Amino acid sequence: MALKELSSLEKFLGLKKHNKYSTQGDNKVPVLQSNNGPMVGLLTVCSHLVNEAKRPELLGTSTEHRAMVHQWLEYRVTKVDGCTREEAKTVLKDLNLYLQDKVYLAGNCFTLADALMYYGLHPLVVDLAVHEKEHYVNVTRWFDHLQHYPRLRHHLCPVVVLRNRVYISGHH
Amino acid sequence: MKLYISEGNPHCLKVVAAVELTLVQCDVQCVNHEERVVPFLSRPALPALLLPSGGHLFSSNAICQYLFETSGRKPNPLINQWLEWETTELQPALLQALHMAVLQGKATEASKILQGPLSYLDQCLSKGTTPCLTEESVSVVDVVLWGALHPFLSDSSSSPALGEWKCVQAWFERLAGEKACQAAVLKVLPGKGLEVLKPFVQRQPAPASSQRRDPQSCNSTASEAEDAVRVVSEEEMEAAALTWSRGLTACTEPPEKPHPILPQEGRRNLLLTSALPYVNNVPHLGNIIGCVLSADVFARYGRLRGWNVLYVCGTDEYGTATENKAREEGLTPQQICDKYHAVHAEIYSWFQVDFDFFGRTTTPKQTEIAQDIFWRLHERGFLLEDTVEQLRCEGCRRFLADRFVEGGCPHCSYPEARGDQCDKCGKLINAVELKNPLCKVCSKTPIIQSSKHLFLDLPKLESQLEQWLDKSTAAGDWTPNAKQITRSWLRDGLKPRCITRDLKWGTPVPHPDFKDKVFYVWFDAPIGYLSITANYTDQWEKWWKNPEQVELYNFMAKDNVPFHSVVFPSSLLGAQDNYTLVNHLVATEYLNYEDTKFSKSRGVGVFGDMAKDTGVPSDVWRFYLLYVRPEGQDSAFSWADMALKNNSELLNNLGNFINRAGMFVTKFFEGCVPAMELLAEDKTLLAQVGWELRQYISLMDKVKIRDGLKHILNISRHGNQYIQVNEPWKKIKGGDQDRQRAGTVTGVSVNIACLLSVLLQPYIPTTSRTIREQLNAPAACVSTMLHAGGSFVCSLPAGHAIGTVSPLFQKLEADQIEALKKKFGGQQAQKVAPDAAAAAAPVAVNDGAVVSAADPERAKQLMQAVAEQGDKVRVLKGQKAEKAAITLEVNKLLDLKKQLALAEGKSAEPTAPQKGKKK
Repeated sequence: MALKELSSLEKFLGLKKHNKYSTQGDNKVPVLQSNNGPMVGLLTVCSHLVNEAKRPELLGTSTEHRAMVHQWLEYRVTKVDGCTREEAKTVLKDLNLYLQDKVYLAGNCFTLADALMYYGLHPLVVDLAVHEKEHYVNVTRWFDHLQHYPRLRHHLCPVVVLRNRVYISGHH
Repeated sequence: MKLYISEGNPHCLKVVAAVELTLVQCDVQCVNHEERVVPFLSRPALPALLLPSGGHLFSSNAICQYLFETSGRKPNPLINQWLEWETTELQPALLQALHMAVLQGKATEASKILQGPLSYLDQCLSKGTTPCLTEESVSVVDVVLWGALHPFLSDSSSSPALGEWKCVQAWFERLAGEKACQAAVLKVLPGKGLEVLKPFVQRQPAPASSQRRDPQSCNSTASEAEDAVRVVSEEEMEAAALTWSRGLTACTEPPEKPHPILPQEGRRNLLLTSALPYVNNVPHLGNIIGCVLSADVFARYGRLRGWNVLYVCGTDEYGTATENKAREEGLTPQQICDKYHAVHAEIYSWFQVDFDFFGRTTTPKQTEIAQDIFWRLHERGFLLEDTVEQLRCEGCRRFLADRFVEGGCPHCSYPEARGDQCDKCGKLINAVELKNPLCKVCSKTPIIQSSKHLFLDLPKLESQLEQWLDKSTAAGDWTPNAKQITRSWLRDGLKPRCITRDLKWGTPVPHPDFKDKVFYVWFDAPIGYLSITANYTDQWEKWWKNPEQVELYNFMAKDNVPFHSVVFPSSLLGAQDNYTLVNHLVATEYLNYEDTKFSKSRGVGVFGDMAKDTGVPSDVWRFYLLYVRPEGQDSAFSWADMALKNNSELLNNLGNFINRAGMFVTKFFEGCVPAMELLAEDKTLLAQVGWELRQYISLMDKVKIRDGLKHILNISRHGNQYIQVNEPWKKIKGGDQDRQRAGTVTGVSVNIACLLSVLLQPYIPTTSRTIREQLNAPAACVSTMLHAGGSFVCSLPAGHAIGTVSPLFQKLEADQIEALKKKFGGQQAQKVAPDAAAAAAPVAVNDGAVVSAADPERAKQLMQAVAEQGDKVRVLKGQKAEKAAITLEVNKLLDLKKQLALAEGKSAEPTAPQKGKKK
């Protein structure tokens, strides 16, 4: 999973050279062998790729912005990955509220946090029924935007999002 | 900038140290653990930093890094890697360790969990060339790791193994010497040891690998972790052995139920009701667990306890919905009621709900009692007359009953409020107050027309009601949600409530000025409890006008609370006829189906009449529903979970233990209970079992049905462990002493099995009876063991001959469950629901395909047709029929499949599976 995600990110960043990754431990933590020794952890490796591609703005453009990106990246690996069905509901509910007045997770532009959150939420969103997608309307809007973001989707299937509300009444 | 922290929260340690170290200007405020500082997170998250831009940081590491960067330190990849390690590797281990050390008192085991991360840290420090982790001076990484590890490393009792990690020790001591760190400890963790962390740890979700964690965390209870450690004292052991040796008291067979059951002097007389199910709906599992099944368990338990119990229920049959259903089916309302009353009765009987009487509300007694209460209220001036503006749908040419209109809630603006109550804020609504009302049948906007109605003057009864409520809620066992809902109703102030309706199918209002009207269902329906009892016995008033002798229990789901705690008691108080009012109001939360709600219209979920077609025994259904009973919080029915609980709890735990105990007696001791010589170990077990038994009784007395069940399962867990440790199957082949030991273990075990059969009776009555038959258990065992506080006695003494033992439960196989899950909707079936699709069909989907109305009924028929046609084609091919004939039939088959896809709400295009799509 994480490895597919890394290769999609490489393509997104337009990196010519494709890295070879290994994993360690039961949780299959991705590892990249670099000149400065092994880089361990999804976030660490992804940040490294972003720097390789000379796109530091994807990690944030100010101190505050960087902290925001950091926070949502952390949220992705601690709260979204491996969550139970119940926890998934909380994640979706919280993000839905957070995204109410936002286009991207951190600041006003696309960052690595959006990319990885999109990859991480995909399995959750795929399983949502139509009425649930309507329920998490802000997450769905953000998600739909992201899946149409140029060159981001790659290894994931598109998720169908209805533009018009189907559920007028709440009794279902 | 403002930083919110809370005391005793280890994450706050890092950020406070970072503030002290970086000297960044920031206002630090200490708040409660539960304070929700970050507006969009549903769980409280602390520490939290309010940024100058108005944004929030709620990750302690992001906060620390922000502070360090603000003070001019550049971030670098190595720092990121360490921070990621801290959150993904160290924190989960720490949380688990804290859980063990703080809540379970297992400090040694807790430090074992930390060995891995500590040894990694030690290695890195020893390989590094700097005293700190990433550079010469203290960096954000050091602060973060120090803060994370401080609770353990500073507490000598919990870190006996730190000596092994020399480099960690040196590094930690260096940081602990920093002024900033010392200041942070003073601020965040005042007081000694790990105790100060307790409130924090208790609020964290139980870590995954400690204990047996339910795969569905919403169904697990917080108390599970606490069950595990209980040390038995010497005195307890001796007391348990003494109780055990007393054996059964001479006791006669429990008497057959007399008829009628009436209150008796000197006994606890319990009158139980469960909310009357509405007749024209087939009840779903949520309805069943919410009222009838819960009340049944308690009624059975009460009878075992020797209380005098009367349990009545029945179908609620009046109202517009019945009228409508009758129109639909071309029957009279009475015929509809007759038909569905029988359906209800059959379902409950399949679920073994043992009513003393299951009646109905459409009886002459109902009219008599309702009209009597009405006149009494009228005479005493508790009824008001008023003209009411009502919604009338010109399209349907009738006044709209509350449930046939929908619109915006006037209180909270929830757009889909019903005409009588808002599902979101729970407040009562007058239908005309709805914003943008719509007729639910034809979706037209109704008009307002006025009509004269009668109102119950609740404001006039309010002070009386409050006085009574104070007493009843203080003395009785009201569930917290029942108390809370009632309180919020009173807090908002009561308003006069309409008790008449412009309908035909109802109890007629006897007043001449209102002769074309009937009683509003919520005035009328609870009176059903009285009239149903009156249909059971002419002496019904001995139950209902006898508050001195009778305790009344009402069982229901939470949406019914206000009518039982406010509206109905007000009617009865106003009638001033010494009515028995509710003493214990037991309300459940909601049971969901898989991840969604039960929905009859969409065919999602299991309904009462389908349960028996699943081939899963009634007892297993009862067990699982009670195991996930929404007690205290909403829970969910899940097929996978049901299979898991059946296989792990019923089969492997309970069934396995009882069966083994019985089999040992049969195989090793020729079917007679062997002599028992109790050793300390056996007495410990007796004490443990006795303790669980007492817990069970004290919980069940308070109607904590689900929690009671956990203690039963604990008993058989103790039993299994006891057998496993003592290995009677090996000892029986040994010398005299070993054989003696095998005898004792077998004897004690089979007696525990007997106790279990008694405790299980309220939950799974058939299995309970089977166990007692297999053990040939004396009837007196029930009353003896459940008497008073409960005592575990030897009820099958040495020499007692048991019957034939056979397995009690069967495994639920994965494919069987998968098939059931498919059959009953659950996740995949209703992507587009029929009602929704009908409103907006066909719906364009943005990839160009068209989804049309799904229709589960039709889908079922088509599925059948596809199967038949498929067989036909196979037969033709098998007979090597002419090619043209085969093609013809194949085309028919393809066409059917297309129709089926449409009916299931899928795209009609031949569905090439999308790559990588997860199911």
